[in-house]
Amino acid sequence: MNALLELTEVDVHYGDFQAIYGLDLAVAEGETLAVIGANGAGKTTLLKTISGLMKPTRGTVRFAGQDVSRMATHKRVRSGIALTPEGRRIFGSMTVEENLKVGAFGQRPGPWTLSAVYDAFPLLAEKRTRRGGFLSGGEQQATAIGRALMSNPKLLLLDEVSLGLAPVVIADIYAALPAIAAKGTTVLVVEQDLTQALAVADRVQCLLEGRTVLEAAATEVTRAEVADAYFGTTHTPQEV
Amino acid sequence: MDWVNAVLQGVLLGGQYALLACGLSLMFGVMRIVNLAHGVLAVAAAYLAYWLVSHTALPSFVTLIIVIPVMAGVGWLLQMGLFNRALKHGELSPLLVSFGVAVIGANLLQEGFKADSRSIGIGDLATSSIKISDDLSIGVFSLITLVIAVVVIGGLTTFMNYTRIGRGMRATKDDHEAAKLMGINERTMYALATAIAIATVALAGVFLGMSTQFTPTYGDLVLIFAFEAVIIGGLGNLWATLIGGLVLGVAQTVGAQINPAYGVLAGHLVFLAVLLVRPQGLLVQKTVMA
Repeated sequence: MNALLELTEVDVHYGDFQAIYGLDLAVAEGETLAVIGANGAGKTTLLKTISGLMKPTRGTVRFAGQDVSRMATHKRVRSGIALTPEGRRIFGSMTVEENLKVGAFGQRPGPWTLSAVYDAFPLLAEKRTRRGGFLSGGEQQATAIGRALMSNPKLLLLDEVSLGLAPVVIADIYAALPAIAAKGTTVLVVEQDLTQALAVADRVQCLLEGRTVLEAAATEVTRAEVADAYFGTTHTPQEV
Repeated sequence: MDWVNAVLQGVLLGGQYALLACGLSLMFGVMRIVNLAHGVLAVAAAYLAYWLVSHTALPSFVTLIIVIPVMAGVGWLLQMGLFNRALKHGELSPLLVSFGVAVIGANLLQEGFKADSRSIGIGDLATSSIKISDDLSIGVFSLITLVIAVVVIGGLTTFMNYTRIGRGMRATKDDHEAAKLMGINERTMYALATAIAIATVALAGVFLGMSTQFTPTYGDLVLIFAFEAVIIGGLGNLWATLIGGLVLGVAQTVGAQINPAYGVLAGHLVFLAVLLVRPQGLLVQKTVMA
């Protein structure tokens, strides 16, 4: 497999607390992987480790054939890793369009421009002059994804896209994902919402308390199996 | 007519304060750093220009070509070497570090230039004025200072609003961790902001040295006036700082019109009144989004 991203035996700690235990994870170029799990499973920590906001205490993170375990976040963005963070983290004093332009700060060439983002998220085109602090949750999430796309990433990390949004808004945002994958962007989504995760992903990896408990193609797994893994009802936490 | 004159002269004086204050405003706006070395750096720039004028044949205004880049470099080094490290230990640390820089800076100037007061000669320009009516005239140099203050603040605002680097600075100000996720190197952004801020301080300092006598410890007064201008206008907004400078200037000249001894005091009282009644500043909305 031609892995774009490869984590090998990664441990991550918050001080004395260990959030991730010997995690292996790989995403192939062009693939969409969904990482699912309950609160505290280590999903957000995983994304922070891939984007460089946290550093692994053991193991390696390889991206596009390069060991990036110690690389600073801003350099990882410039080499093609973009994260839409938990809570969206929109720049509140800046307009939607300015937020998108900041996304292009690293000046990576690629298919994503302002007009491409507005095509993918038509609601943003209407709100382009509105300040980030005055956007609804859905508008903020669309801005956050658009902003990440403006860096023309090879790998797009989406953290809890559906969190706190109405179902109709979630559907709108997920509707844009196929267009993103079609442009050749590899996507790693972290989700609590099983339905959305299974619908968009090629493969799912389920985490429980910082360990992988299930890994399967999205089409070959049943909701019941995922739910068991999710809640740890039949599996004991162990490395797979 | 005396009162009209007082207000007019106050506006002109305010131009100088605004020019002195915009670097302080920029540093606070981008990094939440209150740079107590601000005044000393302005005076250091004036001394550098003074030294260049007395040791080379350079005309006073030409020294700016050297002083501004040198001081911008000093700003870059201060941020990279001291403030960026201090920021890791919380918001109070840079304040204390800048206090140290201010004390050390003033003493170094004292060592190098003695305590005698100096000024930078600008010939006839110092005394030439434009006559508006029999009772009213405005100093050409003060007018130039005011115009430059407006141009500098307009330029900085445009830079912050419409350039890639300016947007990067605003993003870093809003959320520095999210800014990293945009590929922005926070430390470089901060160093650049300080370099620009100190460049404006250098310009302001040289103009100060052309308009008045200065000593190595004159920076204390500069810092206070600049700080008052920033607070009166409102934090984090450069146009507000211009207004703050003008209000402070007018307060001082109108106060001096009442009694020549009350000028500076009147400025301080207006500053206190703003802090009591409208602590967010005259021009800044209380509900501005973070």
